[in-house]
Amino acid sequence: MHPSELQALQEKAQEIRRLTIQSIGSIGVGHVGGSLSLAEVLAYLYFYRMRIDPANPRWPERDILVLSKGHAGPALYATLALKGFFPIEWLWTLNKGGTNLPSHADRNKTPGVDMTAGSLGQGLSAAVGMALSDRLDGRKNYVYAILGDGESNEGQVWEASMTAAHYRLGNLIAFTDYNKMQIDGYTKDIMNLEDLVAKWRSFNWHVQRIDGHSILSIDAAVTLAQAEQDRPSMIILDTVKGKGVSWAEGKVGSHNMPVTAEMVQQALKELEAVETLKG
Amino acid sequence: MEAVKEQKEMRAVYTETLIEMAKEDPRIVVLEADLMKATGTGSFGASFPDRTFNVGVAEANMVGIAAGLSAKGKIPFAATFCCFASRRAFDQFFISANYARLNVKLVGTDPGVSAAFNGGTHMSFEDIGLMRTIPKLVIFEPSDPVSLKALVREAASHYGCTYMRMHRKPIPLLYAESESFQLGKGKVLREGKDAVIVALGAIMVPEALKAAEALSTEGISVAVIDILTVKPLDQELVLRWAKETGCVITAENHQVMGGLGSAVAEVLAEEPCAVLRRVGVQEEFGEVGTQEYLQKRFGLTADNLIEAVREGIAIKKRELIRTR
Repeated sequence: MHPSELQALQEKAQEIRRLTIQSIGSIGVGHVGGSLSLAEVLAYLYFYRMRIDPANPRWPERDILVLSKGHAGPALYATLALKGFFPIEWLWTLNKGGTNLPSHADRNKTPGVDMTAGSLGQGLSAAVGMALSDRLDGRKNYVYAILGDGESNEGQVWEASMTAAHYRLGNLIAFTDYNKMQIDGYTKDIMNLEDLVAKWRSFNWHVQRIDGHSILSIDAAVTLAQAEQDRPSMIILDTVKGKGVSWAEGKVGSHNMPVTAEMVQQALKELEAVETLKG
Repeated sequence: MEAVKEQKEMRAVYTETLIEMAKEDPRIVVLEADLMKATGTGSFGASFPDRTFNVGVAEANMVGIAAGLSAKGKIPFAATFCCFASRRAFDQFFISANYARLNVKLVGTDPGVSAAFNGGTHMSFEDIGLMRTIPKLVIFEPSDPVSLKALVREAASHYGCTYMRMHRKPIPLLYAESESFQLGKGKVLREGKDAVIVALGAIMVPEALKAAEALSTEGISVAVIDILTVKPLDQELVLRWAKETGCVITAENHQVMGGLGSAVAEVLAEEPCAVLRRVGVQEEFGEVGTQEYLQKRFGLTADNLIEAVREGIAIKKRELIRTR
């Protein structure tokens, strides 16, 4: 990846954060923490790696993203709007009656959203079904899935994990947004995931654990994952919940929180500053 | 209509129909959750190994995978026992398949007392009730091998989720092979003027015919409808015969609460035109035993229907006198 590409992607990530906060701010409450932790991986996938066409969101050959942690919808919507799937103005309708951008990702409402999710634990099974179908049809695309660490408490995640390995789905690449927090507290206190790497490894996945806010690390990991033809890949992203905004970063309460106009302004300043620093 | 005596194993017809369809349509795929031997889809797996997915003992996962396959344009038929298809995988079927407006053909085998020696844990008296609450879902239960074959084909050509309750054992043919069927449409198997039995499934439709035959020897004339689809209910047919006879008896291998009995009661409550008696399981859990024992135990026999018809007609007469 060229340094200029890297910088562009880092800027995209910040832009995703700004739009996410502004859209949540427009309704006054929302899933801030687990949206902000995904900015880099979404920027990387949608602006660098995935084969997609915003003018043709149901293009059969496209790469797929299943946002299994469906509550991070606002970050995905910001990404899709930036990519041109729909007008930026839609972001200001988040969670308002009649919107195309509901709190949890919905394939029937939002152009560019590939699967409906929200009842945690279900997305990986759907991704397995999509990957099986693509392989059956001889397609060369990839199916990506993003899971939450809290979500990984759900048994269905592990049922799907077993199935993906059993069927040797090399076209399936999953991420865990390992921000170490869930609604009621730290994952280690609420339901200890213990050694997540060992768990996925023992299910016979190709497993990597990386800094989820480093675009270069994500790029290297996805490149290695794609080279793995015979096994599904899990990329565990060490992330910080609420990353980039001081009133949310590293705070358990950022999962779903009120966001006032003043908080939006403060966040926008902080996110600009980081960008300048990097530039 | 005269019953033909030839029998066919329902699961064999299911699999044979899937194989026929799969030869014509590459979108047909089959999912199982370690009950392939019970469902009998092994021969599908032998013919189409790449299009057969056994996910092990993981019904919720199976339904989620089916949803993913259908999001990519496949037409997945996913089967397990009724109890697991409904109770175990309900949220996955609700959200990943139905709420997502996908196209999953879920099949529940061994409905109600046909679970016999598997006993109470495996005895679904509530699956229709659960499934009826899912918006736009099509729910049907074939009564014989001919209706099974036709309705499986209908389900495949309908875009949207369906839930089929399937008796998997040998069942006598009720219909001629040439009979045509539509989802959402019932069949009048026998006409009558004193009462109508609206029956569902491979156990209760034959029991209804037996009851009507027995009552005819006493001069009581009973119509029998094989309703086939519970949702959307063939309201027009039910109301026509309710008005014609003034007395409706529902018959189902399921509890009356939430099942066909509730569905028909809802129609008659909004358009009161007949007395209603509901034959089915009355607020009870399942038990172990032979199917014959369990039919008696839970009141799912021709004798129970005869009694219900008599009660219904008596009430109808009393009401006629009262309102005169």
